[in-house]
Amino acid sequence: MLNVKEMLEELKASPYEEIEIRTPHTGVVQFVGLKAGDRVLGPTGKWNEKPGTLLANLTREKNKKPICATQKGAVTDIAAELEGKFVEAGERLLTIRHFLSKEEVIARILKKALHLFCAPERAKYYFVPEIDAKIKAGGEQSVKLKDGMEMFFVSRMKRETPLAYSGPEGIIYAVYFQQGDNVDGGQPLIGVCQEAQLSLIQDVVSRVQGEWEEQD
Amino acid sequence: MDIDKRTQQLAGRLAYIRDIFGPRENASVAMLKHRLEEFLAQAPGLGMRELSQQVARLEELFSLLEGKLENELCPMDRVRIVRHPQRICLKDILENVYDNYTEIGGQDEWSIDPGIIIARATIARRMGKKTVHQSVMVIGQEKGHGQEFRNGGSIKPWGNANALYYMRVAEVENIPIHTYVFTPGAFPVEDYPGAAQQIAKNLYVMAGLKVPIVSVFSEGGSGGAEAIALADRRLMLSHGYYSVISPEGAAAIEGGLKDKASPELIERCAERLKITAFDNLRLGFIDRVIQEPPLGARPEHYEFFRELRREVVRATDEVVHQAQSLGPLRALAMRRKKRTADPQDIFVRWQLGAKARHALVEQRYAKFRDMSRSAFLDNRALGVRLSTALARGLWSVHSLLTHDLLARYKKRFSGLLEYVEAEMRALGQGVGGPFTLLSGGRRGVPPETLECLTTLSCPEEGACRLDDVWVYVSPKSREDRTLTCPNTATHGCLDLWAPDLFGEFAGVCSHCGHHFPMEFHWYLYNVFEFAQAYEFNTAIEAGNPLEYEGFGLKLAEAKRATGLASSCITFEAKLDGISTVVAVLASPFRGGTVGAAEGEKLIRAVERARIKRMPFIMYSHGTAGIRIQEGTCGVIQMPRVTMAVRRYIEAGGLYLVLYDTNSYAGPVASFLGCSPYQFAVRSSNIGFAGPGVIRETTGMDVPPKYHRAFSALSRGHIQGIWDRRDLKKNLHQALLTMGGRNLYYR
Repeated sequence: MLNVKEMLEELKASPYEEIEIRTPHTGVVQFVGLKAGDRVLGPTGKWNEKPGTLLANLTREKNKKPICATQKGAVTDIAAELEGKFVEAGERLLTIRHFLSKEEVIARILKKALHLFCAPERAKYYFVPEIDAKIKAGGEQSVKLKDGMEMFFVSRMKRETPLAYSGPEGIIYAVYFQQGDNVDGGQPLIGVCQEAQLSLIQDVVSRVQGEWEEQD
Repeated sequence: MDIDKRTQQLAGRLAYIRDIFGPRENASVAMLKHRLEEFLAQAPGLGMRELSQQVARLEELFSLLEGKLENELCPMDRVRIVRHPQRICLKDILENVYDNYTEIGGQDEWSIDPGIIIARATIARRMGKKTVHQSVMVIGQEKGHGQEFRNGGSIKPWGNANALYYMRVAEVENIPIHTYVFTPGAFPVEDYPGAAQQIAKNLYVMAGLKVPIVSVFSEGGSGGAEAIALADRRLMLSHGYYSVISPEGAAAIEGGLKDKASPELIERCAERLKITAFDNLRLGFIDRVIQEPPLGARPEHYEFFRELRREVVRATDEVVHQAQSLGPLRALAMRRKKRTADPQDIFVRWQLGAKARHALVEQRYAKFRDMSRSAFLDNRALGVRLSTALARGLWSVHSLLTHDLLARYKKRFSGLLEYVEAEMRALGQGVGGPFTLLSGGRRGVPPETLECLTTLSCPEEGACRLDDVWVYVSPKSREDRTLTCPNTATHGCLDLWAPDLFGEFAGVCSHCGHHFPMEFHWYLYNVFEFAQAYEFNTAIEAGNPLEYEGFGLKLAEAKRATGLASSCITFEAKLDGISTVVAVLASPFRGGTVGAAEGEKLIRAVERARIKRMPFIMYSHGTAGIRIQEGTCGVIQMPRVTMAVRRYIEAGGLYLVLYDTNSYAGPVASFLGCSPYQFAVRSSNIGFAGPGVIRETTGMDVPPKYHRAFSALSRGHIQGIWDRRDLKKNLHQALLTMGGRNLYYR
């Protein structure tokens, strides 16, 4: 059985992710004057259209290319000895310590604790009437799932086909789609957890919501 | 009148004056302020009679000093006047100028675009004892004395589309259109029908609208104004402005600053752009100026509305009179009447006969064709001008003979032959026997054709790679370096070596197909066969008609750097044997902007194509819009060229537009956007305003690929996207498959 609490403790002990920035290809490295401890930003803008903070430039064949931060965080370890040197592809330039946000922590916990049942193709998905009625009457967690149980209608171009659930037994923890909207193939439809773990997961999620301290 | 009310009015007048003059120090304003404050301080201790006398004296002083201040107005003050919430608006005009009206384009905020008002209105005319109600269609932007939902008279594309719909209704009903321009500019969103494309459609339709159009300018902001202002008579209120760009916009471009431009720079730009009514009258873009009361008309100036009524009635009468002559007595009376006389005295019916409607459109074209003629440099010698005019005449006669007269008989004859042949073949197939022999029968595919179709043309050399040999190779290919495709992050494109990329690959990423910009020479030589082409009108040069400070030097530098005289190159070329007239807007010359010289060259090229019965291809290598330093001399090119294009299309021509790199603003919103066949080279951007301007004017952020050709294609603005390497083939195919009835080469 998955120990959710232990996972949370582990995350608390190291509440960040270390992102190593490596060279995408060979070239001469030029840093832009960042020091260890400097804060950097990931892509910003409504559509992430503005690139993150410039970390270094890599020049190959007179083609100078910027290397930008992919996440926000603090620069920890710069390979300053590479300044002005020609490097191979995959050489580490620096490390960004990215502190996890609440959403990221919850996503990590749920990723391990839940079984995600994903959409096999792009289509509209509907619950079968019995399950739909159950969810409406008693909420998502009132539905107990078994492997092979008929669960969805897949509607594509006005042609409806049934889709059965496949995966471990459990109850629906969360529904990730809107009935009537198109869902892309591979996107999660529902998250399933073991019935016994439900209260534990809910507890941990609410604790993260309340207690997790985000660091910039 | 109650003393309190009169005092309040005076305070209102003072507040208005201070709004108009802004932060500037002015002795008259200070005096008015001082006198009013002095009076207010004394007022509680004064008797009724004394109060009344003092207020009357103050009112006189206000009127006197308002008259004095009137002479001190600078162009920017006039801009502040037209933007003031107390400025007269279209609703006031409908109430006071017309005798009756019904709004038909929606009511207040319940309208597809509350910024535009469309109404059917009537003007009563006397004929003896009889009263005749003349109907008109009134269309105009409404600022609504600061009503938020009117969006300041900035019209969304669907608002302009609605205006166009009712212009067509007026045409069907054969009633004149009165348009009132009260707009700072169009609302620059690309959602269907698209700001630029809709203005282009409006201009195109108005160019051929067969009813009198009279427009009155108060605030004429560039393309937004043009959308309803292509008129037979263009009147302007004396305190209005008509400009290619707002002074703030010009200052932002001039200053090249990311922050807000300083008020001094804005004032200077307003001065240089020559935006006032009298400037525009002098330049010939306006027919008459309607004098407003000192410091601009406000809703309480009833005498002004009466004057406005007289002017619009007179203007409509004149247009009608010009198109269909009135009776000899009335024509004489109209000539003799002084301008101050009431035009009501002479009755003119505003409905036009069929012949007059045609004449009206011709006169409208002639009117706009004559505008901005002196705004460019024409370096052609007298002999060249004469020989050009002679050649033009000869070509007209030649086309008339070969394409109109002879072609008609030829067509009839070939139609007859075709008919006979088809009959014979049907006879042979259906009956059999001796008729089969008569009609020739089926012989099958000749062996040589079969061989051509089934074997390689040059099998010993392997695959034939004739297409990738370019006549012109970009100088960028001489550089020994690599380049990164902008789509690398999403498509994983590998770096490209410049000699490959700009040489054999023709600037196209071999992985994702992204098109890197190429010089216009590449297109001239590889697509339009410029080496064998005949370039004309090279002596027409861009000038500095407004004597815009510092622009002369910039223009000389552009001419020196590019070797061009204007951003427009016009020539006759053969595309796979088909003679065409091509016009190119070259981006390196002042960003491909269009001014009077470019407009003139384009019109001449279109006319040449019309006379010589050739297809007309317009290639926009990139255009940033209208050249702002030419002010209204630039913006007037929008209707001018669109009208020429319409005449050409109606005469049976094929007008094809091809966009490349970045094409924005005025040209897209007029002569480019009005073409029924618009194509784009891949990776080009098409739009009305760039992302920065959209953010500034609408407060919305635009998605990163908002202006991309593919977005324009899915919004329905263009008809297709072509690969640069296939341009020549695609153009040839387009010439064979699209277009009007004049395409004799088929």
